[in-house]
Amino acid sequence: MSTIEVSPVASRGEPLQPHVINDFSIQVATVNGSGSQTANTVLMRSIFQMGVPVSGKNLFPSNIQGLPTWFTIRASKHGWIARKKEIDFLVAMNPETARDDVLSLAAGAAVVYDEPLRLNELRADLHFYPVPFDKLVAPVCPDAKLRRLVRNMIYDGVLARLLSLDLDEIRKALVKQFGPRKAKAAELNWGAVKAGYDWATANLDKKDPFKIERMNETAGKIIIDGNSAAALGATFAGCTVVTWYPITPSSSLVESMIGYLKRLRTDKATGKATYAVVQAEDELAAIGMVIGAGWAGARSMTSTAGPGVSLMSEFIGLAYYAEIPAVIFDIQRVGPSTGLPTRTMQGDVISTALLSHGDTMHPLLFPGSMTECFTMAGDAFDLAEKYQTPVFVMSDLDLGMNNWMSDPFPYPEGEIRRGKVLSAEDVERLGGFDRYRDVDGDAVGYRTLPGTGHPLAAYFTRGSGHNEKAQYTERPDDYVRNVDRLKKKFEVLRGSVPRPEVDINPDARIGLLCYGTSLYATEESRDQLVREYNCPTSYFRLRAYPFTRELSDFIDRHERIYVIEQNRDAQLLMLMRLELSTQQIARLRSVRYYGGLPLDARTVTDEIIMQEGI
Amino acid sequence: MSATAAPPPKKLNRIGLEVVGYKGSKTTLCAGCGHNSISERIVEVFFEMGVAPWRVAKFSGIGCSSKSPAYFLSMAHGFNGVHGRAPAIATGAMLANHTLLGVLVTGDGDTASIGIGQFIHLLRRNLPLIYIIENNGCYGLTKGQFSATADVGSTQKTGQKNEQPPIDCCLMGIELGATLIARTFSGDKKQLQAILKASIAHRGLSVIDVISPCVTFNDHEGSTKSYQYMKDHDEPIHEMDFVPHYEDISVEIAEGETRNVTLHDGSIIRLKKLDRDYDPTQKLGAIQLLHETADRGEVATGILYVEPGKTTLIDQLNVYDAPLATLPATLTRPPRESLEMVMEELR
Repeated sequence: MSTIEVSPVASRGEPLQPHVINDFSIQVATVNGSGSQTANTVLMRSIFQMGVPVSGKNLFPSNIQGLPTWFTIRASKHGWIARKKEIDFLVAMNPETARDDVLSLAAGAAVVYDEPLRLNELRADLHFYPVPFDKLVAPVCPDAKLRRLVRNMIYDGVLARLLSLDLDEIRKALVKQFGPRKAKAAELNWGAVKAGYDWATANLDKKDPFKIERMNETAGKIIIDGNSAAALGATFAGCTVVTWYPITPSSSLVESMIGYLKRLRTDKATGKATYAVVQAEDELAAIGMVIGAGWAGARSMTSTAGPGVSLMSEFIGLAYYAEIPAVIFDIQRVGPSTGLPTRTMQGDVISTALLSHGDTMHPLLFPGSMTECFTMAGDAFDLAEKYQTPVFVMSDLDLGMNNWMSDPFPYPEGEIRRGKVLSAEDVERLGGFDRYRDVDGDAVGYRTLPGTGHPLAAYFTRGSGHNEKAQYTERPDDYVRNVDRLKKKFEVLRGSVPRPEVDINPDARIGLLCYGTSLYATEESRDQLVREYNCPTSYFRLRAYPFTRELSDFIDRHERIYVIEQNRDAQLLMLMRLELSTQQIARLRSVRYYGGLPLDARTVTDEIIMQEGI
Repeated sequence: MSATAAPPPKKLNRIGLEVVGYKGSKTTLCAGCGHNSISERIVEVFFEMGVAPWRVAKFSGIGCSSKSPAYFLSMAHGFNGVHGRAPAIATGAMLANHTLLGVLVTGDGDTASIGIGQFIHLLRRNLPLIYIIENNGCYGLTKGQFSATADVGSTQKTGQKNEQPPIDCCLMGIELGATLIARTFSGDKKQLQAILKASIAHRGLSVIDVISPCVTFNDHEGSTKSYQYMKDHDEPIHEMDFVPHYEDISVEIAEGETRNVTLHDGSIIRLKKLDRDYDPTQKLGAIQLLHETADRGEVATGILYVEPGKTTLIDQLNVYDAPLATLPATLTRPPRESLEMVMEELR
């Protein structure tokens, strides 16, 4: 239930209670493939257009059609956009789950439901609104085949009435959703919205307290999903080669990138593509192509999820050892194995950081917002080329596939820096070069690209032992010198990764440490901890691995550090243990959630309260 | 005047390089290994054709064969990757810079076993690349285990017999989209040279399956990929001549005895017929030939199939003329207004 500024909601028949305005969650329970996505997106967008901060999360099955799916929308005047654990307003369209959906609600919640389901018989402490969807859809949608899809728009109309949504905003959202080319479909759906609205006006008495009122908190903002944001980031970062193998939840990253590339990266003068996208036969080929392209000088990337990362393991070791730039977006999902392919997890932290055999370590970037999905795409290419190594961007399903509000993205400033690449003229001037020699003291050698027109430009790249001149060697001293330089390179790289976001509260004895999507629940939990338990906290949001000095400083300043993450094994905490002192490790505590749903604030708060013994 | 004879002038090719400019480092393969002959042919042919070595990119996987790119064209960049995955690396590199001349050297373990998936999809993509299989029917570097191209009934040195049918990489290539497919024998110097020349001129994927006996593990009685076996069973389908596009020469050959195939760059492979009327542009004929000769225990050699003019992966992707790898930011970063336009659409 909603927690702020309202007294408990009355049960049925009592006088109307104060409204709960712009601070509640709506859950729509439907069947996968029934076209509910459009209705839900329009609903979310309408609230957004009314200036109210909103978030939408699609909790869907690994299935194309037929299994249950839920869409949760949270409106929050305070700007909290983490998943809200409690559902305030249920739209029950799926007969299969309706009973459980209703039974799990807290008292005082509202339920719009398909009349024949007779859900009102289940509970007496909820506000029920039966709606005869089938009767309403027939007149507005003469084509029986389309009725299943259009019928969902009726609940948008009903909710518009019940929640005081502006009908004009719904219409605007609908038109935007369908675009100019599907104006007819938009009209058909608009008819369904109106039918729902009119019927609700004539037949339903508003009994619940939930209401949307216009605010001005979303002006200028955009709505986008993290995969599209990352795709845009890579498009503007000068990426030229994209190879991929479809896998949920990463496929939409490359799919939306293909759209952006076509529009924005087709050379007007020649009509030719300034990029190449290849759908590979598997993830091994995808990463192999990325590495081949990176070796030949392209800004190349792939996008995948945990199972793909596992397959890429051997190639990543090659790129690390042969020192080839590569960017890998890992849109994490629930593992191990196939796991829960459509649910979210921060489950690949350890496996990517240390991916492949032998001694290997790789930089990870942890985007936490739409803007960071965009900017970190650029950061990843810059790092990969500067340090000639694979770089992982660790997004997740929640960030990648859900729609989020965001400020518009900043245009990348400055030149695109391509790292230490020698031209034919450089080679001529230098009279040759040694590929793996640390000339500048930063452990990064100079490279040439194949095709460089000079007799001394070539070198031989291999995954087997090599010396500074890139020649084959099995000598112990050559091997040790080389891998020690790689280790040093990782140390130097520490200075170039995105810094953490830190908020030190001088009154706080404990610190909350999070990364990626855990930030939303963590921020809200800090608010809950202060308001409900008078427990002030400091805040540290990690944005990259390897860690930077700020981490050590933060730990030293607090008695206990709660590392908040979405996996069973406290993977980031384990990684931290590899680097921190015994005293620092002793201060670490772990808050974990790994049920596959996006993390919510209440789970974090409850766990911290329990561990703190408050 | 001094009577001392001047040293004979060194032979230079059309770009002014000596043959030494095409050599690689010293081979570490076994003495007499067929793979070394292949490296030597590559050196000769690239020299003769006057290919700038720095325009070449060499690729390989893992195994004896995959070591060989170090033994030719030192002035070309080389990439010895992971087992069976050289096609992916080559594909990426060629996407990044399609002006490169890609040469991939691989073995039968790479191609027909661990990397068969990559091989098949490389065929489908018709990537412009010369793909050489140094095929000895065994895993040399791990001491002689059978590979997937070993013939039924062939034996290992230990006497163990192969019971499983071989994969014919040429048949697969013809079926799945490569546009120049040839088979030859590492000991047939002239034929290998002609095939290599045709491959350099060809625009598309050339697959050259070179039977290259393993002198250490697979050159004994009972092996079907030994020198003796090949000498006894090699059936050249034609003698070949190759006329590079850049040379203006005319050769008189009686009509009716030759068949000319014009390659993309205008050069011509001239095939002299032997005892049959073999037309390498006919897919079904090529497939039939391979099946018939195999049934007779013979190995048909020569250019088995050629399909000039078919679109390559680079054509299909409509890739910019200059290499993507080094395009200026003005082409790879859309202007500020483009981002503003996209942002506006998302509001």
